[in-house]
Amino acid sequence: MAFLIETYNLTKQFGDLVAVDDVSLRVEAGEILALLGPNGAGKTTTIRMLASILKPTRGWVRIGGIDTLEEPAKVRSRIGLLTEHHGLYTRMKSQEYLAYFGQLYGLDPERTAERAIELLSRFGLDDAFNQRLGQYSKGMRQKLAMTRALLHDPDVLLLDEPTSAMDPESARMVRESILGLRSGNRALVVCTHNLHEAEALADRIAIIRGGCIVAQGTASQLMHDYLGHPIMELKVAGQLNGAVDLLPDDVRVRERGHDWVRFQASDPQQANPEIIKRMAAAGVRIVTLSEVKRSLEEAYLSVMQSEAEQ
Amino acid sequence: MNMGLARDFPGTLVVARREIRDQLRDWRILIPILILTLFFPILMNFTARTAVSFVEAYGAPIIGDRLIPFLLMVVGFFPISVALVIALESFAGERERLSLEPLLATPMTDAQLYFGKIFASLLIPIGAAYLGIFVYLVSLLWRLGWTPTPELLAQILLLTAAQALLMVTAAVVISTQTTSVRGANLLASFIIIPAAQLIIIESLIMFWGRYNVLWWIVAALVLVSIVLGRMGLHLFNREELLGREFDSVDVKWGAGRFWEGFRDKTRSPLVWYRETFTQTLVEMRVPLIIMTIAMIAAYVIGYRSASSFTLPEQLFAQDQIGSALTSELSNLGFMSARGWAWIVFNNLRALAIASLLGAFSLGIVGMLLLMAPVGIVGFLAGNFALAGSDTSYLIAALVLPHGIVEIPAAIIAGAAILQLGLAALSLPRGSSLGASWLIALGKWARISLAIVIPLIIIAAAIEVFVTPRIAVAMLGGP
Repeated sequence: MAFLIETYNLTKQFGDLVAVDDVSLRVEAGEILALLGPNGAGKTTTIRMLASILKPTRGWVRIGGIDTLEEPAKVRSRIGLLTEHHGLYTRMKSQEYLAYFGQLYGLDPERTAERAIELLSRFGLDDAFNQRLGQYSKGMRQKLAMTRALLHDPDVLLLDEPTSAMDPESARMVRESILGLRSGNRALVVCTHNLHEAEALADRIAIIRGGCIVAQGTASQLMHDYLGHPIMELKVAGQLNGAVDLLPDDVRVRERGHDWVRFQASDPQQANPEIIKRMAAAGVRIVTLSEVKRSLEEAYLSVMQSEAEQ
Repeated sequence: MNMGLARDFPGTLVVARREIRDQLRDWRILIPILILTLFFPILMNFTARTAVSFVEAYGAPIIGDRLIPFLLMVVGFFPISVALVIALESFAGERERLSLEPLLATPMTDAQLYFGKIFASLLIPIGAAYLGIFVYLVSLLWRLGWTPTPELLAQILLLTAAQALLMVTAAVVISTQTTSVRGANLLASFIIIPAAQLIIIESLIMFWGRYNVLWWIVAALVLVSIVLGRMGLHLFNREELLGREFDSVDVKWGAGRFWEGFRDKTRSPLVWYRETFTQTLVEMRVPLIIMTIAMIAAYVIGYRSASSFTLPEQLFAQDQIGSALTSELSNLGFMSARGWAWIVFNNLRALAIASLLGAFSLGIVGMLLLMAPVGIVGFLAGNFALAGSDTSYLIAALVLPHGIVEIPAAIIAGAAILQLGLAALSLPRGSSLGASWLIALGKWARISLAIVIPLIIIAAAIEVFVTPRIAVAMLGGP
């Protein structure tokens, strides 16, 4: 498997402070990884090491197989970085700004202009083409920063808090655009502390705390690992009464009401048909038997709590 | 190196072009430049005409002749002062506006970013300075009919560019070492004070009419700028530009760095004292060699100057020295504790002034102050020689007894000052400007306390109680 982003034992120390501690990550082409964690967890430091701006104290980063320490300029030319703060030059116009970054990335001016028009149009900024960036709203600035990151069509895209300071509508638009950027030859890392965003965007989520990756997997894997087996809810017509006693022995009741019960089964695919069978045999009329939707937030909080306890 | 520069140049221009375009849109830069370029030369022209007619009225036309070229230099200098502001803002401003990180994430090399900023900081101010000089010259030609010689014009144009280059290279170093424009502005005194000293020296040279010395100043400025440019590039570090926090005051940290330089992990005062000689002094061998050469040069220059500025021969007739010396010594407070205290106080004051000025001038002014007495001794020795006296005999009588102690003290003090002044230029990788300077200050204090001050005290005692007796014995008298 070819990984576009690969880190091994990545560690960054500033004086006595260990900002990133022993992080090993792999992101393949076509994949979106969310780095999820609280402020100060080490997300931005990790992103900066991936972007070859910071040098690891220990460990290594390879982008498309190239070591960031050995060929930093080559690595940078393959990366599109959306920084936490847009960092635009406010006296410039978007056209000039993108032309400048096109030159910095060594692009042909005509190609830059074409690409700029295409991206500005994608982000709904084509009307503001000749406007000075100082006149842009926060959302527009963030979108232009996204355009800057995509200008050279990088195969690795690092997005640090891509929707921070955006109104819900713009944030949604940017999120949709990020999903649209997924392609077979591009890997994305999205840094966020927004759980909803991580869940909506990422194929995999790495939870980072105190510089360490404390949990990693898909959203459902994380929920399973940290919240246990899925919780099922059985709702019956009328009173529940003795129906609870009909549940198989390996089922653990979590909560109950007068006409419902929530339980966890180690293997719902086995347990649920059995429950339906037993209820039907006992004449209990089932209204619904469904999985209770759990949020990534619960899993995240559970991870954080267990880490704090450790 | 040249291949690298050629390869980096297109990228350097890309960075510079954006910066220059940005400056041309910033009224805070444009308005001062326009005023200094157009209004100021006209004001200087008025000043020149008024001064020339005034001094001519009193029969001193030479002052007017010297004033016009001096004002030409001033007209060029004022617009380039804007270069300092632009350069100080170069990296610190980008960092403050949070636009630095996207720039650092591009494939541009360190040299392209660094020299792009330097180039951008220079171009508009130098252009404005040259325009100002042109306006001044045209108005002088029109009103006074004065034109400079091609050599003087070339000197002023090059001097203007070299001064701008020096200030910009130093300011960009500062800009990479601070987290905010405010911090960079505060540190700019390390540039403004030496630049002011330089202008004073250049003014004296121009009023003195020694225009050839200006070539040497241009060469020295370019040399120091190259050193600063290379040093700045060596220190340029993307990581530290984003990661460091320098600007908060941390007295404990500062005291720790000073103590690190002063104590250097020694555990007892005895070991500390011994290692001041065996380690600290040994580490200073390059500044010590430089200072020794400078002292010899000062003596030789002073000695040779005697032929150009010869004092009346009768002052140096050896048969008069003995009687004059013996009659004057007691009046000067020699042979007394009061005289000793007075000399110690004067020498310590000179050391303090030299250290202070040296710290702000890469050690150069500190060195010059300590070289001055040796130059004067050389000058007097030269005059003695011209008067037919035996110079070595006189030096052995008047200077050598305490000079054996005092001259090494001055060399060591000068080397410590040079090291302190150059601390900003020789930062180890990963070290901050503040940390490096505080450690150097600690080392300077250690050398001063352990070696220089005791030597000054001993030398003063010899000078007051021993030298006069030897002088009287050798030169004659009661």
